[in-house]
Amino acid sequence: MRIVEKAQLMSAPEIDRTLRRLAHQIVEKSGGTKHLALIGIRRRGVPLAQRIAQAMRGIDGVDVPVGTLDITLYRDDLSKVAPQAVLQSSDIPFGVDGMDLVLVDDVLYTGRTIRAAMNGLFDLGRPQRVSLCVLIDRGHREMPIEAQFVGRTVQTSDTEIIEVRLREIDNEERVVLVDRQEQ
Amino acid sequence: MTFRFRDLLALEPLSADELTFLLDQSRPFQAIQRNPLKKLATLRGKTVALAFFENSTRTRISFGTAASRLGADTMNLQAESSSVKKGESLLDTVHTLDAMKPDCLVMRHAASGAADFVARHLEIPVINAGDGTHEHPSQGLLDALTIRDRKGSLSNLNITILGDISHSRVARSNIHLLAKFGCRFTLCGPAMWVPRELESIGPPGASIRRVFRIEEALEDADVVLVLRVQTERLHEPALSAADYILLYQLNSERLRHAKSDAIVLHPGPMNRGVEITPEVADSPQSCVLEQVTNGIAVRMSLLFLLTSGPTEETSAPSAEAQPKESANATD
Repeated sequence: MRIVEKAQLMSAPEIDRTLRRLAHQIVEKSGGTKHLALIGIRRRGVPLAQRIAQAMRGIDGVDVPVGTLDITLYRDDLSKVAPQAVLQSSDIPFGVDGMDLVLVDDVLYTGRTIRAAMNGLFDLGRPQRVSLCVLIDRGHREMPIEAQFVGRTVQTSDTEIIEVRLREIDNEERVVLVDRQEQ
Repeated sequence: MTFRFRDLLALEPLSADELTFLLDQSRPFQAIQRNPLKKLATLRGKTVALAFFENSTRTRISFGTAASRLGADTMNLQAESSSVKKGESLLDTVHTLDAMKPDCLVMRHAASGAADFVARHLEIPVINAGDGTHEHPSQGLLDALTIRDRKGSLSNLNITILGDISHSRVARSNIHLLAKFGCRFTLCGPAMWVPRELESIGPPGASIRRVFRIEEALEDADVVLVLRVQTERLHEPALSAADYILLYQLNSERLRHAKSDAIVLHPGPMNRGVEITPEVADSPQSCVLEQVTNGIAVRMSLLFLLTSGPTEETSAPSAEAQPKESANATD
């Protein structure tokens, strides 16, 4: 199996612009930020949520709390994947009861991660509303889940992979489309 | 990193990195103890067999609660009411349990090495919940987790262990774990319970000394581990309970010899007024109840680690499933 980079989907400035647009859309849609909070899904949803919150501070100085969610314990494929799943801590330093939560992730694909994330959230309480914000929606859903806030929609084939590379984790900043090709 | 063992039988063979991994993996489960909804579905459909050939209340409840909070079912074997009393051999009993197809066996036995022996005969993971005077690994881990939370780190602490150390698997698991982080041990108790051999049970180079005056043993301690004294072992002419209290009981006045921020651990159940005074047991320095809460987190992480993987039939991921997983694993 060979991994081939096919195209760059977003540059660093494009990622930045997109996140600022998403921040505006979330604030606008929420109609009041009093109960608004962002939940970044590990791993790459976490820096994205932090950056969106940062961008929101530039909009009327809105200060929105940010939490971190590790969904490993809620996955539906634990008995099929790697022999050992490594856990990270979730860190949601506020009560979720009655909150207007926005889940943030890098790529929306099958929808299974979001299903898992919602299960995780409901163990913490009863949010008033949960919506979803993703940088890339690549299609191929296996669950009845859609994102309310989408950076970009990309048509992909099953063998393609979208890699969101963020400076906080990957030491570079861009979104690329790669393909797996049989040797 | 991945954990290279199928079972958890002892802490002695584990490296500092592996122990740190186990402690780190317990952290997410500590958070779950604070959730309003504590029940996960992670191990739904899995069964954990709890075989306690020696009486135990808290460890059995702790493992049982850990299993049920992960969504697993449990089957319970208690020595008192079981076929063991009718003369069935250990191996026959565990083979019978195994034939009911549990995914994991948690066992306690009065004989040192029993869990190891059973693990060699079973395919499923075995977790040692205490074997004779050998080890009690989940207790060692929950003690270390409690110490790390309070002290910030396990490195280079002075640990004083009080009581019947020769019969204590808790003391041994603690020493095997904490010595790998450079902790120094002072063992204190009646001479008959603190034999010289204990000085060499740690890894090579471990600092373990015996001290018979409790005030001296507590000097400079960061952590005081008080062991339960089996009152049936206290009798004339060897040592009366009154003498034990006089010489070795941890009271507030003696605790003042330790560092001012020293913490006190006890694996329970406590004999208040024997090895520890109520005043110390209920003081802010005491971590006894944190230990209990952490016990569930540690046991959840062990059950998750050892049983969440693919079952025998699906251990090789199909070519179909694999790429999608490695592709956008975070979807």
